[in-house]
Amino acid sequence: MNSFTYVRASDLDAAVREGARADTYYLGAGTNLLDLMKGGVERPARLVDVTRLPLAAIEELPGGGLRIGAMVSNADAASHPLVTSRYPLLAQALLAGASPQLRNMATTGGNLLQRTRCSYFYDTGFSACNKRKPGSGCAALEGHNRMHAILGASDKCIAVHPSDMAVALAALDAAVRVRGPKGERAIPMREFHRLPGDAPQRDTTLQHGELITAVDLPSPQFTKAHYLKVRDRASYAFALVSVAAALDMDGERIKTARVALGGVAHKPWRATRSEELLIGKTLEPEALKPAAIAAVEGAKGYRDNKFKIELAQRAIVRALRTAGGAA
Amino acid sequence: MSVVSQPIDRTDGPLKVAGEARYAAEFQLPRLAHAVMVQSTIAKGAIAGFDAGAAQKVPGVLLVLSHLNAPKLPQGGKAGVNPPAGRVLSLLQDSVVHYNGQPIAVVVADTFEHATAAANLVRVAYRETKPELDFERAKASAYPPKKMPQGKAALAWGDADNALAGAPARVEQTYTTPMETHNPMEPHATIAAWDGDRLTLYDSTQYISGVRETIAKTLGIQPERVRVVSPFVGGGFGCKGSTWSHVALAAMAAQRVGRPVKLSLARPQMFGPVGGRPCTEQRVALGADRSGGLLAIRHDVVSHTSFIEDFTEPSAMPTRALYACDNVATSHRLAQLNVGTPTFQRAPGESSGTFAIESAMDELAYELGMDPLELRLANYAEKEPHTGKPWSSKMLRQCYADAAARFGWSKRSSAPRSMRDGRALVGWGMATATYPAHQRPASAMARILPDGTALVRSGTQDIGTGTYTVMTQVAADALGMPPERIRFELGDTLMPPAGVSGGSTTVASVAPAVKAACEEARRKKDAAVAAGRRNDVIEAQAHAQETEAAKKFGTRSFGAVFCELRVDEDLGVIRVPRIVAAYSVGRLMNAKLARSQLIGGLVWGVSMALLEETQLDSRDGRIVNANLAEYHVPVNADIGTIDVSFCDENDTNFNPVGARGIGEIGITGIPAAIANGVYHATGRRVRKLPIRLDALI
Repeated sequence: MNSFTYVRASDLDAAVREGARADTYYLGAGTNLLDLMKGGVERPARLVDVTRLPLAAIEELPGGGLRIGAMVSNADAASHPLVTSRYPLLAQALLAGASPQLRNMATTGGNLLQRTRCSYFYDTGFSACNKRKPGSGCAALEGHNRMHAILGASDKCIAVHPSDMAVALAALDAAVRVRGPKGERAIPMREFHRLPGDAPQRDTTLQHGELITAVDLPSPQFTKAHYLKVRDRASYAFALVSVAAALDMDGERIKTARVALGGVAHKPWRATRSEELLIGKTLEPEALKPAAIAAVEGAKGYRDNKFKIELAQRAIVRALRTAGGAA
Repeated sequence: MSVVSQPIDRTDGPLKVAGEARYAAEFQLPRLAHAVMVQSTIAKGAIAGFDAGAAQKVPGVLLVLSHLNAPKLPQGGKAGVNPPAGRVLSLLQDSVVHYNGQPIAVVVADTFEHATAAANLVRVAYRETKPELDFERAKASAYPPKKMPQGKAALAWGDADNALAGAPARVEQTYTTPMETHNPMEPHATIAAWDGDRLTLYDSTQYISGVRETIAKTLGIQPERVRVVSPFVGGGFGCKGSTWSHVALAAMAAQRVGRPVKLSLARPQMFGPVGGRPCTEQRVALGADRSGGLLAIRHDVVSHTSFIEDFTEPSAMPTRALYACDNVATSHRLAQLNVGTPTFQRAPGESSGTFAIESAMDELAYELGMDPLELRLANYAEKEPHTGKPWSSKMLRQCYADAAARFGWSKRSSAPRSMRDGRALVGWGMATATYPAHQRPASAMARILPDGTALVRSGTQDIGTGTYTVMTQVAADALGMPPERIRFELGDTLMPPAGVSGGSTTVASVAPAVKAACEEARRKKDAAVAAGRRNDVIEAQAHAQETEAAKKFGTRSFGAVFCELRVDEDLGVIRVPRIVAAYSVGRLMNAKLARSQLIGGLVWGVSMALLEETQLDSRDGRIVNANLAEYHVPVNADIGTIDVSFCDENDTNFNPVGARGIGEIGITGIPAAIANGVYHATGRRVRKLPIRLDALI
């Protein structure tokens, strides 16, 4: 581990001032960053501890939305009455992630910023990883890639974003509130994470020095929702494929739907074309199938993960049916 | 009433729960220095440049030991090779790299953090040559091993090929199992402390006597000058049965820095330098008559080994023992890869081997239209097949009957995909479990003190299995004392020696010695009391080993395992809600510990069937999932009800305590039972472990 400077931010202004300096990272609960530092993957010169900042509240927004502070733990968010009653999809996704111990520590802001679990990224003994060392290549392209992306990948990186929470937030049209040297802004979840393209070292569209202060949820629109996580073991495993499905029904037919996928791309994958195709459909499997097929349009499998293309479609159908009470 | 067999609590339980049981890395020694192992990052070649300059500059660094400055050991570091205790090690005697992850240097510093930081700064340049990392390719030059852990590499009787050719019903298939890694909770750890020319090793090991002998020979010192202390071991499962490189490296480093040195492996370092289960490819051919009688069995195994040393996963061993058949041929061959040498992992051979043979038996049952249990009963081995010896004791028929009855096997409809529960396809599968029983030489001492308490010692190990508890029970009966008045000690080479705690042998080996020592002490005590010397300190020592009478028998444990599983028809997710198993393992020394031991084995069997796989990158030979996040073992939510029972048995033909050992049999059979259940549920025969949803959708 390299030597680094540790600063505890006393207030938001101070945090952002410190965070704007070069080679500086914000430190939340550290459930991911500290591991990466120990492994020599991340080598920040300075850490700004933001855990004491007053960002741990969950509050209602005018107009019926909800604001979840960046320092709210995953466990607290998952059990908060306003979350469980209005955004059950988010509560389910949170509880599908990690373990109780990790959820007690991990924060809302940190969850969004966790790095991929690609083994080639984590182990510096592998020389090729464009995300860790830009220009070094992608060892996963022709290596063990069962967990890797089938959508939106590039020949520079086929890693996936590991968060469950973020998949639900993408489906729910959440916005990430940030504060930086140039002031405050809100980034729609769909634009917050990015595809790898030629710069897989960048996971998000955050500018250097910007600090996540909260996640805003619009007023709840969907009464029926389900987060389905398909994984090898029953708990404490990252998704092979996950689906966040939310429905607003008009009798037997779908009025509006939201579908986002996890475990398939460098970002939570919002299936907007599928959402359009679902309008007016019943929950019969055959009726849902075109939307499932549309979700994986352009999907590309690699050596070990081709099964995900079929699995994702089946998971979408199951999640929608479960959300609608048909399964 | 006998104390043996009672389900008493672990005598070391309170210590462990309170965190007071001291494990190898926890011994506090003055001036303790900390060592971190540096490992190669190429799979084959030689070290061309080694720059420790930056590492040396880290504050607190005491030593960077490498091939450039390591002490020259007798026979190039190979003087201690004597498997299973002594393996071919990487002791910095040359610059050759045989696998990615090979120890190539040790950094010693005043703190663990300084040593870690410095280890990361060691710069190594390599001259790389092309490694062999492809098992498929390596198989082409597979060769029979010169030596096996037990038995012969190839063994045949009758004429299997001829009988097979003429058999009315045949199954010929290939089954594969992946590389696996032990991952005990407690990683390997050693503290080496020199006092003049005497060395004390606090080590996490399954074999203190083996460590002593290996290290003495490796370093070229007298065994009497080496003491090994290992009171508690946080799981071993075979990887701690051998003395690996880090133990000798710790001793070498401690000698050089003149301070005690601790070398504890990090979790990723457990994948390579301390062994793992080799991958296997097993070709099984069964021939039978139409009523299910086996006419021929072939079981040919190829497993991987390293370029450093041969190790064979003896997967065909159970096939030599399971069924009555006149024409049997079995063989083992090795394919070399540039990886760390594999080793014994829980039920070596029997775990991987029963997956193949018991899957094939299930396939044969379907081929014949016969119930899988009936097929096994039709071929029940009344005597040991490959020797013709009578069994010392075998109650497998009762195991089949008991477990089948509790499971409800008779209600099974045999057609694949014929049982459902809503969206879930239900599968019922069964298999036979087996593991051999051996008694190794062991000794013990007993001392009766005037205050009415006793001290009993044996230089054995408790690897979490309950040796402390069971030996206390054996001593209690033999001394005629309540267990609370007996202190049983182990894990120190100053005590009377015993063998490796591996191969499910500890109870069968050590208990007879403890029993004999205690009985002798009791006789002496009685004589002293009769002579009016009530306050004498009485001491007796005894040695026990396999008797000539026992050699006339086949000694082996058996079990019957039934499982129910659910497969999500759409998503392919497999869950195992219910396992019922019955075992014939000889006398139970402690019903509670025995039940725990078998449940633990079954859980690992579920893990082997559905989750475990050490992934080797075939380009540079690095293990891709060398951590517990990506190397999956089950969590509580993966395990349903496990119902275990035992036959009432007392195998005194085998040894005086009547127990055969239960450490390993639990993991056997269950992977096949699950694979057979998957077939029953889905109609898909998966012959490759682990079975994951990829294979089912």
